Amino acid sequence: MKKALSAPNLIIFGVLMFAFVVLQLGLFPGNYPMKLTILYLLALCALFGLGMSFRQHLAGKLLIAAVLVVLPFVSATAGQAWVRILDFAILYAFLALGLNIVVGLAGLLDLGYVAFYAVGAYTWALLASPHFGLHLPFWVILPTGALVACCFGVLLGSPTLKLRGDYLAIVTLGFGEIVRIFMNNLNAPINITNGPQGITLIDPVAIGGFKFSGATQIFGYTLSGPQKYYFLLLVLAILVVIINQRLQNSRIGRAWQAIREDEVAAKAVGINTRNLKLLAFAMGASFGGMAGGVFAAMQGFVSPESFSLNESIMILAMVVLGGMGHIPGVILGAVLLSILPEVLRYGVGPLQTQLFGKMLVDPESLRLLVFGLALVLVMRFKPAGLWPSPERQRELVEGRTEVKP
Amino acid sequence: MLEVTGLHVAYGGIQAVRSITFHVNQGEMVALIGANGAGKTTTLKAIARVIDAVGGDVHFCGEKIDRLAPHDIIRRGIALVPEGRGVFPRLSVAENLAMGAFVRDDKAAIAADLAKVYGYFPRLKERESQLAGTLSGGEQQMLAIGRALMSRPKMLLLDEPSMGLAPIMVQKIFEVVRAVAADGMTILLIEQNAKLALESSQRAYVMESGEITVHGDSAQLLDDPKVRAAYLGE
Repeated sequence: MKKALSAPNLIIFGVLMFAFVVLQLGLFPGNYPMKLTILYLLALCALFGLGMSFRQHLAGKLLIAAVLVVLPFVSATAGQAWVRILDFAILYAFLALGLNIVVGLAGLLDLGYVAFYAVGAYTWALLASPHFGLHLPFWVILPTGALVACCFGVLLGSPTLKLRGDYLAIVTLGFGEIVRIFMNNLNAPINITNGPQGITLIDPVAIGGFKFSGATQIFGYTLSGPQKYYFLLLVLAILVVIINQRLQNSRIGRAWQAIREDEVAAKAVGINTRNLKLLAFAMGASFGGMAGGVFAAMQGFVSPESFSLNESIMILAMVVLGGMGHIPGVILGAVLLSILPEVLRYGVGPLQTQLFGKMLVDPESLRLLVFGLALVLVMRFKPAGLWPSPERQRELVEGRTEVKP
Repeated sequence: MLEVTGLHVAYGGIQAVRSITFHVNQGEMVALIGANGAGKTTTLKAIARVIDAVGGDVHFCGEKIDRLAPHDIIRRGIALVPEGRGVFPRLSVAENLAMGAFVRDDKAAIAADLAKVYGYFPRLKERESQLAGTLSGGEQQMLAIGRALMSRPKMLLLDEPSMGLAPIMVQKIFEVVRAVAADGMTILLIEQNAKLALESSQRAYVMESGEITVHGDSAQLLDDPKVRAAYLGE
C-alpha cells in the first residue's frame, strides 16, 4: 500500500484526474480521436506506474515492457510529431543518465555537459555526411563519437581536478561555451564545422541495408522513421540503465560516492581520487557523445545553436528535479522535462484560443514560467527530487527525527 | 617505525610547520600536543600526504614515503582518522566500514576485521544500517576510527578524537583507543586535551607555532611545571 502511494504513482494519478476533468468539461482542444489518444496515453502512464511499483516481480517487468512497446503506436495515432517527442524524451533520459554519473554519483557539478553531446553530434556529422564526403557505417561512428567525447571529458576534466563545487561549475560552464563557440567559428581558415550554418544531410542510422529514417513495411505494418528510432533509442537507453546500475553498485561506484561525500576521507581510505574523478568525467562524456551521435543522425542536421548553455542547464535540471543519483528518478525527470514543453506548445496554445478567442501568453514564455515554478515547488516540497533514492529519503526522515545525545 | 626528519610545511607564505623532527616506535602511543594553530593537524596531513610538504623526510618502516600519493600511504599501513571525523554522511555505517577496507580484497580477513571493529564499538553494530550523517558526534568518531582500522593498518594517525564531544563520550573513545593500543597498534595521537593525551600515551611532543619545543615521557611531562602551566591550566 505504501508503495502504491509512492511519488510517481501519485503524480500519475494526479495527472490522470486532471485530464479526466479537463476532458469531461470539453475544455481540451482538438478533435475526438485526439482526446482518445490522450486518454490512452494516460492509461498507459498509469499502467507503467503500476508496473514500476511491482518491478521486482516478473509481472511488473512484463507490464513495463508491454507499455514501452505499445507506446509509439498509440502516440502515432495523434501524429508522428508525438513519436518524435517520445524519441527526444528517451534521448534526454540517456543524456541525463550520463550526467548522473558525474553529478549524482561522483558529486562533480558539471555545467558544461552539453559540450560532450556536441562533440558526439559533430563527430557523427563529420564522419557521415557529404560535408567531407565520408559515409562511415554506424558501428564505426558511434564508438568513435563516444571515444572522442571521452577524450574531451578527460581533457576538460584534468584541469578541474582540484576544484570543487561552485568553482568547478563555473569552469565547466566555460568549457561548454568554448566548445560551442569553436563549433561556431571553425569554418575558417579551414572549413571543419561549417560554422553557424551547421552540417546538413547527415546519414541516418543504418544497420546493413536497414535505414532508420523513412517508413518501412514490417509484417504488413508500416513502421515510421521516428518509431524505428524509438526502439533503437530504447535499446540504447536500457543499456545505459544497466551500465549505470552496475556502476553504482560496483567498487568504482562506491569510490565515487565516497569522493562525493568527503574527498579528504576518500583519500584517507586509499581512493585514487584523481583517476576516479577523471573516470567519472570520461564515462559521463562518452554517454553524452553517444547521445549526440544518435541526435545528429536522427535530425539529419547539426548546428552550434543546439548546444547552448540552456541545454546543459536543462539536462542538469532533469537530474536534480528527478532525484540526483537515483536512476528511476533521473529518467522521470528527463521524461517530464522533455515532454512538458511540448504539452504546453500543443495543449496550452490552442486551449487559450479556444477559451479567450486569442493567444494571451506565448507558450514559449509560459514554458519558462512553468519550469521555474516546478523547480521552486520541487525544492520546497521534495528537496531530494521527485523520486529520490531510498537512502536519500531515509536520510531526510532520519535527519528530522534525530536526537543528538 | 615512523621517522619524521626536518618536516617543513607552508601554506602559501605562511610557515605552518618549521622543520620538525620526531619518531614513533613500534607498538608505541605517542601524543603530539599543543594549542590551536600550532601545526599539529598540518603535520599529520603531511605524513598522510593529503597535503604537500615543502621539505623534510618521512620514513615508515625504513621506506621513504614523503613523495607517495595519498592513496598509496594507506597501502603501506598508515591509516589517518581525519580531523572532524570525516565519515561519509550519506553512506550507512556498514558501508562506511566497508570503504575502510577499500584497498583490500581478502574477504575473509575483512569480515574478521569487521567483527573486531564491532567488538571495540558495539554501538556501531547496533547502528549498522543507519546513515553515518545521522549518528551523534561520538558515534561518528567511533565510526571514523573503526573505518581506519578496517584497512588493517600498522599505524593509526588520530587527529583530535575528542574534538567537540561530550566528556563522557571522550572517555569512551579513549577507552577504545587505549584498548586498540594495548592490542599492539602503533598510534600517533594529536590532541588539544593535553591531560588526556599525556595520560594515555607513553611519550609526547609539545608543538608551539610550528616547532617542537618540549618532548619526553608522558608521565614526566604531566609533572613538568612548564607544561602544566601552559597546557593543563595550572
